[in-house]
Formats: sequence, structure tokens, C-alpha cells
Amino acid sequence: MTAQVLAPKERKVAQRRIALTGNHAVALAVKMCRPEVIAAYPITPQTPVVERLAEYVNNGELDAEYIPVESEHSAMSAVIGASAMGARTFTETASQGLGHMYENLPIAVGLRLPIVMGMAVRTYSAPINVWGDYSDVMSMRELGWIIYLTQTAQEAFDTVIQAYRVAEDSRVHLPVVVAYDGFWTSHVLQPLEVPEDEEEVMRFAPITRSWVKLDVDRPVSIGAVGTPEWYWEIRWQAVEALRGSIKVIEEVDEEFGKVFGRSYGLAVPYRLENAELAIVTYGSIFGLVKKAVDRLRAEGVRAGALRLRVIRPWPRDLLRKLLGHVDKVVVIDRAINHGGPLYGPMAVELEATLARPVYNVLATVGMRAIDTDMIYEGALKAYRGQWVPDEVYTIGLRGGP
Amino acid sequence: MSEVKGRFAGKVYIRRTQVLLPGMKVAEEPEGQYEFVNFELPQEEYFLPGHGLCAGCTIGVIARHMLKALGPDTIIVNPTGCAEVSTVVYPRTNWAVPWIHVAFGNGGSVASGIEAAIKALKRRGVIDPNRKINVVVFAGDGGTADIGFQALSGMMERGHKVIYVMYDNEGYMNTGIQRSGTTPLGASATTSPAGKKVPGNTTHKKPMAAIAAAHGIPYVATANPAYVHDMVYKFKKAAEAEGPAFLHIIQSCTPGWRFEPKYGIRILELATETGYWVNYEIDHGEFRVTVPVPRRKPVKCFLQLQGRFKHLTPEEVETIQAIIDRDVEAINKAVGREVIGPVDPSLPCIPAGK
Ligand SMILES: Cc1ncc(C[n+]2csc(CCOP(=O)(O)OP(=O)(O)O)c2C)c(N)n1
Repeated sequence: MTAQVLAPKERKVAQRRIALTGNHAVALAVKMCRPEVIAAYPITPQTPVVERLAEYVNNGELDAEYIPVESEHSAMSAVIGASAMGARTFTETASQGLGHMYENLPIAVGLRLPIVMGMAVRTYSAPINVWGDYSDVMSMRELGWIIYLTQTAQEAFDTVIQAYRVAEDSRVHLPVVVAYDGFWTSHVLQPLEVPEDEEEVMRFAPITRSWVKLDVDRPVSIGAVGTPEWYWEIRWQAVEALRGSIKVIEEVDEEFGKVFGRSYGLAVPYRLENAELAIVTYGSIFGLVKKAVDRLRAEGVRAGALRLRVIRPWPRDLLRKLLGHVDKVVVIDRAINHGGPLYGPMAVELEATLARPVYNVLATVGMRAIDTDMIYEGALKAYRGQWVPDEVYTIGLRGGP
Repeated sequence: MSEVKGRFAGKVYIRRTQVLLPGMKVAEEPEGQYEFVNFELPQEEYFLPGHGLCAGCTIGVIARHMLKALGPDTIIVNPTGCAEVSTVVYPRTNWAVPWIHVAFGNGGSVASGIEAAIKALKRRGVIDPNRKINVVVFAGDGGTADIGFQALSGMMERGHKVIYVMYDNEGYMNTGIQRSGTTPLGASATTSPAGKKVPGNTTHKKPMAAIAAAHGIPYVATANPAYVHDMVYKFKKAAEAEGPAFLHIIQSCTPGWRFEPKYGIRILELATETGYWVNYEIDHGEFRVTVPVPRRKPVKCFLQLQGRFKHLTPEEVETIQAIIDRDVEAINKAVGREVIGPVDPSLPCIPAGK
């Protein structure tokens, strides 16, 4: 019944239970991964991460170079430079900050650098809105980054550690973003378990330095001009690495479960067995969705739910397996695909995956609050045929469809 | 500026380039007796032949001597521009040292990351702590004075030990000769074309060396590949600086400046001989002209070999001469003597037999 269905019982690593906000949980995970260069620029709602990391460095708790750059464009550039030099790196951003670094995002992929970036998701301007929705991370989908969407502070913490292990695996060598809800996760104090001995994290995710580096003893030119005769083949290697990374992501998640007692899978199903209706979503609202499912089940509707956790690479086969038998698939998207075939980015992708229409619902845009009842009512409308597939519906929009 | 007449009138405001910033001192030794350190250039080539730079382009002259001065333990960060697209087209490279290209506007920040990584990796024992590795940004004027300005400023402000080399061909040459922040007054470029109403570019060169010096970094210099020893000496001094070093190097561009390829170095000599370009250094706040010019040639000697200035009227050339006279006056005043001499119209633009 829980999100941790895959978690094995045995626990190898001693852990202690503490309370941290999502942001501080991420900062702690990063610290335990011992990055060597951190470059960052503040933007709400991720700022507490980079502030906490600066404290760790200045207190001597983390031996890293902290570069307080003058912009996000420079933050991504600096971690690209540092990663190319062979260092483990970290940066974090959101919203306009991601927009400002955008030019460099596909470059990190093309250069095959294992950069790990955190993202406390936030919507894009205008109008300016500092609050959490997924429009920023959704705008990265075509660039070749590995993208995790997490639900809780614990999962964000665990996923950062997994991310380093995946990124630096010699079968992968790709940058990874670990996203979590702005405010609803980033700023909410939550209980989590952290290893007593921080070295356990480094034992799980040692720095491999297996990627191509700037080395004065073995000079190489990194980032050469890729003419039409070469570009595609070189880029295709990144495409293939992303496709192949799905295996590594699963392996690492499973092994993490064995060592730390928690694993999540590529997507997280809930009561999907014999379901005729499934609510698919991502991020922190999955808790509300599960409650709505419980209520629907109690009232005789065979409902289930699914949380998308890894959206790049897209776990197509798993999603087909988990949702193939479900009659009605309601996708609650938390970002707008303006003018798209469907207005929710994940709805579009699920429709393509399942090769049949899904219910396209938008919610929490600009962090508009919703509750279990609102989700329940929406799902019921789909169930009863008041909503039809392939149309746009909203939860919480005044006057909306 | 009220004295600007003709087609530039009302369109240009000419600033005097301030070389001596507050707190800066003139160096002790008289510039006339400035001596180059006598050294032999190493035989080794780290900038390899076989590149695609234009005939007459002096980027290669700069890169080759830079690496002779800095040696193999050097990492090059090369923002987008002619140097990048002409020397590292996959699967070839002309660089026998580690080289990276990331984007156009981020040379300063990519180098910041590399330098920080070297520090961290030395502390963790991954790189020998005694090894001296030069981190160099090799960037054009656009990648430095315009789109890369912010990243450069941040790098200098934070004090990264990086040698930032700006080769200044006075335009965006890679994309086909658009104006940049260092394109001189009156030059015709595709985004500042010589027209009937406006005779080319209406601004004069952004004073990048002075701007860099204003960041308070240990070493700033201007250089010219026509004065190779002076340039090489400055690379060496930049490598010795205990913080950021900034080198602003003029570089002739055959298609952009429109001259015959054989004049690549000759034009650069004229740049210095006319006072259009002054070679100086600011070493820990001490200002020193390193190539004194006892008698100056008129600026038209520099301009007339180049197609980009062909459209200028004699009056407009006089306006440019006036800017140079004022810059020279400012430098002489700052130094306290006539380190760049007066215009001597009797000097031949190109001496006979050359
Ligand atoms: C963000 C961005 N905008 C525009 C360009 C197109 N572009 C490539 S090189 C260049 C000009 C380079 O000029 P400069 O730095 O002076 O170097 P040069 O080509 O003269 O060597 C431009 C505009 C780019 N690569 N990236």
C-alpha cells in the first residue's frame, strides 16, 4: 500500500531520524556526497539549499570550493568547467534561474558531464510568481538530462545520492536533475532518516572520475565543432546513454534500497491492481491523490494511482505494464503545455505511451492549492463520463473548464 | 562632443580612455629604458600547424606564442568565435594542450569552475599540489567586452587565478563582421554599415584593459603580436600573477578589416606607430608604457590600408585623429613625460623597401 513497496526489509546502514525541510534535506545529502565544486546563485524557493551548503563549506564541514557566481548562466558554466576538470559538482536552481542557464543545459549533455543539479520547482514569469509548479523542470525534457521528480524530503535526500551514482556510472555520464515541489516540499519540515555514518554515502556513491577530463598529461579537446558529418553520431551517443541509463537508474535504486532501506522504482503505483480508473501525477500532491483513491475505493469505484518519478528517460514499458489494463487514465499535470495537443506535458506523453486517449487535467498551476475533495470530484467526473478524454479540464481554476 | 562635425555630429560622444585609475601609480623606471627580458622562445609547438584561420589573421600568432610562453601545463577555455571554429573542427585539433569550448558568453565562468576544481582536487590529492597549471581563457572581443562581460567581471571580482586573453579583432568576425563593443569609430561593419547618413560605427573602443584594472586585479596589459617579445613577456608575467590577469591584444582580421593578407603584421605595427594602439601594462597598480613611440605617424597610415575605413572623409579621419591625440595626451600626462611622441607627418606610412 505504501510508496515504498519495493523496499526490502533488511537494513544495513544505521540511521537516525531527524526533521528537515526539503531544501535542507537536499543540502545535507549533497554534503554527504562530498562535491568538490559548488557554484550557485540564489532564487526562491531553492535558496536555502545554497545557503546551507555555503555554511557547510565555511564551517569546515564540507571541503569544497564554493563559487558564489554572478548569475545562473555562470553557475551552470562553472560546474561544467569544474566537472570537465574531473571534479564532483553541484548546483541548484528554479524557474527564471533555469531559464537563465538554459543555453548551457544541452551543453552539459553533449559534453557528457555527470553534473547533479537540484531544483525546488517554481513556475515561470509572467506574472511573477515565486511559488511552486512544474513548468521549469518540464521545459528541460528535450535536452538529454536525467530527470527525477520526487515527492518528499526523504525521497529528495535519497535521490540526490542515487543521482551521483547514476551520473558518474561509466555507462551513463549524463547530468541529472532532482526536482521537488517548491514550498510544499522545499519549505515544509518533514521527518527523514539519514545515515549515522556519512561515509556510507561515499561508499555507496564513490567519485568515479571515469568521464573524459581536461588533463595536462593527456590533453584532449572537449567541445570541438561538430560538423554535419559528425554532430549526429556524437549526439546519438548521448541519446543512447540516456536510453540505457534506465537500467542503471533501476539498479542503483534497488541497491540503495538494500543499503539504506528505501527504494522507489521508476514510477510508484498505488492500488492499481484491478483498477478501472487511475489518477496519474507527480510530486508532493501524490499524498492527496492516494486519499482520493481510498475514498473512491470505499465508495466502490475501482480506483488506483500512479506517481511518475523518473520522466527522463521515460519508462515507457513500465508505464504500459502498470496502466495498460486501466480503462480510464486521468493525468493531473502541474505545468501547462501552452497550445499543445493536450495542455499537460505528461498527459501528452502518456497518451503517446498508451496509444489511447487520456483525461487531461491541470492543477496547482502557480501553486494554486487543491485538496483531496477536489481531486475526488474530478476523478468522479471522469468516471461518470462528465469529463471526456482529450479535452482540457482544470482543478481549482476559477471559471475554468 | 561639440567638436565632432559632419556626419558624426550629434551621433557620437567621444570619451577619453582613462588609463590611470585612482590609486594607480606610474612605474618607477623610465619607459624609454624599458627592457625586454632576454629569453629564447622554446622550440616546442603547442599550437599546431594546419588550422583554418584566414591568411593574414594574427590569432594564430597570438595563440602560438602564448603557448610557447606558458608551456604544456596549460588549459585553454575558448568561447565561441573564429579561434574556436578554425582550430577545433572534429576530429581535428590544433591544440596540443587540454582545450574546452562551452559557449559564447561564459569563458570567465567556465574558467572559474576549472580553477576552483584544480584547487579542490589538489587539496584532495587528485592533482599534485605542487603542479602549476595555467588556466587561460582565449576569447574574442565579443566574447569578452559584450556577451562575456558579466562572466569576466565575476571571475575577476572573485579573484580566480586565470589568465584571460582577449584577442581583439574589433568585431564579431565569426558571424560575418558585425560591430562589437570594441569596434572603432567610423569602422564599417555589417551592423554598422557605412551609409550616406551614418558613416559606420558611432562609438569608439570600450576600454577593456582599464575596466579590468578597475577590478583591482594584479596584472593587466595591452599587447600587439607585431611586438612579439613584448607580448610573450606579458604572457609570462600574467602566469606569475597571484590572481586574475587580463591581456587585451589587438589582432588584425583580413576579411573584417579588409586588407591584403600580406599586411597582417604591418597593419598592427602601424596601430602602435600611430598611437592608435598603445602597449602598456598595469602591474599591481603600476602603470608603464612598454613600447614607447618617440614620433608618431598620422592615424591615416593605419586607416588607409583597410577597406573598413575607406568611406571616411578627410574630416572624419581628423575626428579619429583627434580621439587618438587626446588618448595620447592623457597617457603622457599620466606618465609625466612624452612617452608617445607628437605626430610627425614626414614619416613614411610604410618605409621604402618594406
Ligand atoms: C548566445 C549566442 N549568441 C550568438 C552567437 C553567435 N555568435 C557566434 S560567434 C559570434 C561572434 C564572436 O565574436 P568575437 O567574440 O569578437 O570573436 P571572433 O569571431 O571575432 O573571433 C556570435 C555573435 C552565439 N554563439 N551564442
